[in-house]
Amino acid sequence: MDFNGSDTIPGPRAEDHLPHTTTAAAKIVIVGGFGVGKTTMVGSVSEIRPLTTEETMTQAGIGVDDNYGSETKTATTVAMDFGRIRITEQVVLYLFGTPGQERFWFLWNGLFEGALGAVVLVDTRRIEVSFEVMGRLEEGGVPFVVAVNTFPDGPRYPLDDLRAALDLPPEIPIVECDVRRRASSRDVLMTLMRFLHSLALSRSLT
Amino acid sequence: MTPPQRRRRQPLPQPPAPPPPVPRSAPSPADGQEGTEGEGKNPERLYIITCADGERAPVDLVTLIVARAEAPSSATPEQTAVLRMCAAPLSVAEISAYLRLPFSVVTVLLTEMLAAELVQARAPIVRQQLPDRSLLEAVMHGLQRL
Ligand SMILES: Nc1nc2c(ncn2[C@@H]2O[C@H](COP(=O)(O)OP(=O)(O)OP(=O)(O)O)[C@@H](O)[C@H]2O)c(=O)[nH]1
Ligand SMILES: [Mg+2]
Repeated sequence: MDFNGSDTIPGPRAEDHLPHTTTAAAKIVIVGGFGVGKTTMVGSVSEIRPLTTEETMTQAGIGVDDNYGSETKTATTVAMDFGRIRITEQVVLYLFGTPGQERFWFLWNGLFEGALGAVVLVDTRRIEVSFEVMGRLEEGGVPFVVAVNTFPDGPRYPLDDLRAALDLPPEIPIVECDVRRRASSRDVLMTLMRFLHSLALSRSLT
Repeated sequence: MTPPQRRRRQPLPQPPAPPPPVPRSAPSPADGQEGTEGEGKNPERLYIITCADGERAPVDLVTLIVARAEAPSSATPEQTAVLRMCAAPLSVAEISAYLRLPFSVVTVLLTEMLAAELVQARAPIVRQQLPDRSLLEAVMHGLQRL
């Protein structure tokens, strides 16, 4: 490890320690195509400095990508940033900003299977980059909300037009946001939680 | 101008196939270190831990790890670092970030430490068919404070 020989011991700063009473953690994933603002969103709501977990992708997995010859032996390192929000003395919430390419997702065991839900970020300049991730969530049965990250030079479509373009069922929330602002990102997470709560209510009635 | 059109997909009837085992060629925890003796360096051991019964270690990215012992004199530098940073509960993702080791490698390291009872794991909250409403309410309260 590269901390050998340095005088700093790796680990969280004292103020970032979780209380001993913390019994469990939950996770939420933030997905979307390249450059839609996933990292920015993780950073704006996290209470700790955003961190990165890496995974190594070896030849076997690389074979599916034409950019890498299957005879290449080099491993690709894929990084995923994440942040953290303390909820109660017992519960902590982690937010993972997934790598843009969904073929990398399997690298982190249980990333989607266990997630409470997902936020799909959409950039109106190229909404199609988020189509594949949405399809994957639908196939995996991961509940999600859509957040339209508004870039100044992006076209402004009425949300109803976007809902139609994204083929979103009426019950799935779609909201506008500016992920650079903490309050805006927080509101997106709140929208997701309310949606999950409504799902829980409707399922408990059936 | 109209945006491009997507088509909704249906949930797959079966859950997706389990992910492949830990990449065999992932660097061992001791990679990049000179003169370190000990179990972390033994590739056979790495193999046994990850592949013996075809099961991955039962740790998730957000499994919380807590130290339950002082570092024994036989501890590797990685183990000592984990024990220090897990004096308070810490997620596996954070351990991976602070150690700058791939998640799969940290999984191997922790499997070994769990077996040696050096650390304790607190299972994550995972999505259920019927989500826990009180948990969701707690999360909403927590977010409001932000
Ligand atoms: N104007 C504007 N710029 C934004 C907004 N969100 C993100 N950006 C900028 O867009 C760029 C990409 O944002 P990132 O957060 O890195 O996007 P990402 O989804 O993590 O990108 P990848 O990890 O490369 O897929 C950065 O330069 C951000 O500063 C936004 O809401 N408004
Ligand atoms: Mg990013």
